[in-house]
Amino acid sequence: MIKRFVRGMDERLGASSFARQALNKVFPDHWSFMIGEIALYAFVILVLTGVFLSLFFEGSTGEVVYEGSYEPLQGVEVSRAYNSVMELSYDVRAGLVMRQIHHWAALLFIAAMVVHLCRIFFTGAFRKPREINWIIGVTLLLLGIFNGFTGYSLPDDLLSGTGLRIAHSIALSVPLVGTWTAFLVFGGEFPAEDIIGRLLVVHIMIVPAAIGGLIAAHLAILWRQKHTDFPGPGRTETNVVGSKLWPTYAAKSVSLFLAVFAVTALLGGLVQINPVWLYGPFRPEQVSSPAQPDWYMGWVEGALRLMPAWELRAFGFEIPNPFYPAVLLPGITFLLLYAWPFLEARFTKDLEPHHLLDRARDQPARTALGAATLTFYTVLFFAASNDLIAKLLEVRVETVTTIYRILVLGLPPVVGYVVFRLMKGLLASGAERFTQMPLSAVLHPRR
Amino acid sequence: MTEPNEIEAAGTERNQQKAAVRWIAIGFSVSAFASLALAVVYFLGGQPQLEGTLLAIALGGIAVGLGLWASELLPKGPFVEGRKTLHDAPVDRHEAEAAFEGDPEPVERRSFLLKMLGAAVAALGVAALFPIRSLGVRPGRELYKTHWTPGARAVTRAGTPLTVNDLDVGGLLTVFPEGHVDAADSQTIVIRLDEGEYEDPPGREGWAPQGFVGYSKICTHAGCPVGLYQQETRELFCPCHQSVFKVLEGAEPTAGPATRPLPQLPLGFDDDGYLVATGDFTEPVGPGFWDRDHD
Repeated sequence: MIKRFVRGMDERLGASSFARQALNKVFPDHWSFMIGEIALYAFVILVLTGVFLSLFFEGSTGEVVYEGSYEPLQGVEVSRAYNSVMELSYDVRAGLVMRQIHHWAALLFIAAMVVHLCRIFFTGAFRKPREINWIIGVTLLLLGIFNGFTGYSLPDDLLSGTGLRIAHSIALSVPLVGTWTAFLVFGGEFPAEDIIGRLLVVHIMIVPAAIGGLIAAHLAILWRQKHTDFPGPGRTETNVVGSKLWPTYAAKSVSLFLAVFAVTALLGGLVQINPVWLYGPFRPEQVSSPAQPDWYMGWVEGALRLMPAWELRAFGFEIPNPFYPAVLLPGITFLLLYAWPFLEARFTKDLEPHHLLDRARDQPARTALGAATLTFYTVLFFAASNDLIAKLLEVRVETVTTIYRILVLGLPPVVGYVVFRLMKGLLASGAERFTQMPLSAVLHPRR
Repeated sequence: MTEPNEIEAAGTERNQQKAAVRWIAIGFSVSAFASLALAVVYFLGGQPQLEGTLLAIALGGIAVGLGLWASELLPKGPFVEGRKTLHDAPVDRHEAEAAFEGDPEPVERRSFLLKMLGAAVAALGVAALFPIRSLGVRPGRELYKTHWTPGARAVTRAGTPLTVNDLDVGGLLTVFPEGHVDAADSQTIVIRLDEGEYEDPPGREGWAPQGFVGYSKICTHAGCPVGLYQQETRELFCPCHQSVFKVLEGAEPTAGPATRPLPQLPLGFDDDGYLVATGDFTEPVGPGFWDRDHD
C-alpha cells in the first residue's frame, strides 16, 4: 500500500528523496519551541471557526428591529450587524460556542505570539541568519493585533463602537494626514455607515490572507535554516538534536493542536466572553462604563490614560494629545522591534551566524533591557484598568493615575538593574540554577 | 548472555508499553463517546456549555492518546542531523550575480532606459493610488460645524422638545437638534444648575437661561461620550480615559488627558417656551486634529 503510493508519487513527481529528507528531519525537543506552534494552531482554529461565523454575520449598519429570543432587547432598533451577532449567539445552534471559541482563540493567538517573541528575544534566536524570520514574526504580531481589533469591532455593540470612536479620534490626531485618513478609512465623519462592511472585508479576507502567507514564509524559512538549539552535550553549531518529523514529532505536534483546540473549546463553552447582549447596540451618545478593550490593546489604552494633558501647539496648528500615546508610542515600539536584530549586531559587533542559543544569563545587558521593556508595557497594561482599581481601593482615579505615571517611568530601570545584577551574578557563580546561586555572587559580581 | 537486571528492565518496559497502550485506547474511546454525545446534544437542539465541554473532551481524548503514543511508543532518539552552512560556494554567488546582470556587455545607455522604466512604474504607482480617494468624502468643513442652528429646538433622542419644567435643578439630559437625533456630532448634554451658583464665563453672557447650561457631549480627548455626571462636585466624567470637566467653570478639564474644555452651546427659550440653541458651537466639537484652529 505504502509502497504503491510512494512509487506512484515518485514516478510522477520524483519526490522520494525529498520525502525521505523531510520525514527524517530532526526537530529539537525543548518545550519552549512549542509556543510558536501554539500560535500557529490558534490561527488554524481562528480560520475554522471564523469560516462558520462568516456564513451568518451581516456587515451592515442598516437598522432593523430585533425580534430574536433574547427578551430584554426585543423590539429595540439595532444594526443588521448587531442583529446577526445576536442571532448567532441565541438562535443558531452551536453559534455561541463557535463565537466564543473564536474570541478565546484570538486572545490565545496573540498571547502565544508575544510569549514566542519573548523566547526568541531572550535566547538570541533572532541573530544572523534568522533576521528575516524575526521581521516576519513582528509583522505577524502587528497583523494579529490589528485583526483582533477589527474582529471585536464587528458586532457593532456599545463597547466596540466606543473602541471605533477612539480609533477614529486617534486617526484624526495624526498631523497633516489625520483628517483625510479618518475620513477615507471610515468613509466620513464618525459614525460613518461604511466602516462595519469595510472592517469585515479586512478582517475575514485581507489580513487573514496576509497572515496565512507570512506564516507559510515563516515556516519555509524555518525549514530551510533549521531550528536553533540550546547548548548542551552533543549539541554544536553544526548539528540539530531531537526527534524525527515522522512519526514522533508529527504525532506530538498534532496532539498539541488538538490540545490547544480542546482548551479553547472548553473556554468557549464555559467561560463567557464579549457578551454583546449585555453591552447593547451601539449608540453614539451612549457609553459603557467601565470600558476595557481586549488584552492586547491594553498597553495602548493604558498609555492613553496615563498621558498627561499635554499637546504641541504652534502657529495655529496642533498635534493633539492622543497622537503621542496611541500613534507615536506604538510606532516607536514596532520600529524598535523590527530594528532590534540589527541594533544588537551593531552594538556587539557580532555579525557571525548563530545556531546555538544564549541562556538569559549569557547576555545580562540584553536580558535586563528585555525585562525593563516588558515591565514598561506591563505597567501600561495595568494602567488601562485605573478606574477599576480606584473603585476597588476606594481612592480617587487621579491618585491611581499618578501612581501609575511614577511606576511606568520608575519601575523599568529598577527591574532592569536588578535583573542585570542577577544575571551577572548567575553567570559569575557558574551555578546551574537560580536557587543554587550564592547570594554573594549577586552582591559582589566581580569576585 | 543477558544479565538478570536487563531482563527485568525489558520486563518493565513491556509493562510500561502495555500501560501506555491501555491509556491511549482509553483516550481514543473517551473521545469517540464525547463526539457521539456532542452529536446527540446538537440533535436535541444544542446547549452551549455542553457543546464546548464535549468538544473539548472529544479533542482532548485524541490529544492525550496521540501525545502518549508519541512519548511512550514511538522512536525517541535523540536523533542527530547535520547542519550545513547556509551560504553556497563563492562561485555560485558570482554566477548568480552574473545571471542577474543578464547581458555580459551592457546595452548602450542601459542606465538611461532603466531610469525611464523606473519613472514609468512610479507614475503608474501614483495613478494606482488614486482610487483610494473614492473611499470617503472630503473632510471639508464637516469637523467644524454641527447641526445646531439658531432657533433649533433641543429634543431628546425620542424627539420630544423640552420646556423649563422638564428638567429639575440638578438634573441632566442628552439632547439633539430637532430633526437630527441621529447626528452624533450634535449630541449635547444639558444640565440644569441652580441659577445662584452658576455665573456665565466672560463672552458667554446669556448662554445659560434659567440655569440651563449645554455642553458638547463628545470628549475633547478621544471622542467618547462624556457620560457620567457627579452632582455633588458638578463634574462631568469621561468613562473612557477618565478626563474630568468642571461644569461650573466652562467645562474646563481638571484631570485626565483632555486638554480643552467641552465646547458650550448657547441656549435660550423660544416664544413657545421650548429650549433652543441660539447658535452653533463656537469651536469644533470633539477630539483635536491638526488644523482645528483654521476654521
